[in-house]
Amino acid sequence: MKRLLLPALLLASFGAHAVEYNTVIAEKSQIAFTSRQMGVPVDGKFGKFAATLNFDPAKPEAAKALIDIDLASVDAGSKDANDEVVGKGWFNVKEFPKARFATTSVKALGNNRFEAKGQMTIKGKTREMSVPFTYKPEGAGNATTGVFEGTLPLQRTLFGIGEGAWADTSVVADEVPIKFRLVASPGIAAKK
Amino acid sequence: MTMPRYTRTAMLLHWLMAVFILGLFGLGIYMADLPLSPQKLKLYSYHKWAGIAVLTLALLRVLWRIVHKPPPLPASQAHWQQLAAHAGHGLLYVLIFAAPLSGWLMSSALGFPVVWFGVLPLPDLIAKNKELGELLKLVHEYLNFAFLAVVIGHALAAVKHQWLDRDGTLNRMLPASHPEENR
Repeated sequence: MKRLLLPALLLASFGAHAVEYNTVIAEKSQIAFTSRQMGVPVDGKFGKFAATLNFDPAKPEAAKALIDIDLASVDAGSKDANDEVVGKGWFNVKEFPKARFATTSVKALGNNRFEAKGQMTIKGKTREMSVPFTYKPEGAGNATTGVFEGTLPLQRTLFGIGEGAWADTSVVADEVPIKFRLVASPGIAAKK
Repeated sequence: MTMPRYTRTAMLLHWLMAVFILGLFGLGIYMADLPLSPQKLKLYSYHKWAGIAVLTLALLRVLWRIVHKPPPLPASQAHWQQLAAHAGHGLLYVLIFAAPLSGWLMSSALGFPVVWFGVLPLPDLIAKNKELGELLKLVHEYLNFAFLAVVIGHALAAVKHQWLDRDGTLNRMLPASHPEENR
């Protein structure tokens, strides 16, 4: 009986540790960005996005994420900007309602830091990007969530975001860093 | 005739601010109704940069005035006119601070910080708050129309004293034609 108990306990505790975060909690997650207009940082965010991810801290190389951002849900900092940025010269949400980021690989950099490589698709253009991010568990027991934070260094001109007169990067900077915070729970059952 | 004048520095500050402020009135009225474009963003930035310049000049001007007593108004001026002039000038001193400050407050509240000349980020005076920002926008607008009215009154008074009364009031703010008269 004792012989059986020990491995069973070990297995149980191992099972509890091998948590895989796979359910993104939308209310706690956010995707924000900072555009620079004439050197002035202007904060914005996306109100609606759908993210799925699988991340097991013990096997980060196997991690995957797929993030779809509803571009019409943009808040670019003012009403004028919101009306402008959904239009043809910027996101053109009528033809391209979503931006998608799909990871292709994840590499552990140590110290809970990681680098995801993936493909970003906006306005029908797909570009390779690498995104540094951190992982931090929060809470304990069943309420444990994984918090993933990072900044995606987007260059808007690579995707034709802001065409014509707006392509002038001395007015609106090319770099629009996208800051994300994704909070995920292990979901209904941690898959083994 | 030798008459007391403002110092060269006070004159420079006065006329420099006059040019800036008149330009800012025009630019502000013009740019506000433009549709969003890169041009509009540029003009807004120039307006904000120039506005902060006015605020800086206003500060220098007050400091200068504290240590340099302005020349008296001509004694020939009626007492009530002197009182009105002092009241008007007092109002202008308030407005050269209030006008740019209301713009700065409005920018902060609307979430568009001031980055002076595109390089020097100035602190936000208040946190982002859309409703307050819209209110401050109105405050900035009306305050500046009031400012414009006072500036017009100021200029009309100067014109009246120069060409109707011919009492030399305006000369106090103009460099002397004979250099030795300058202080």
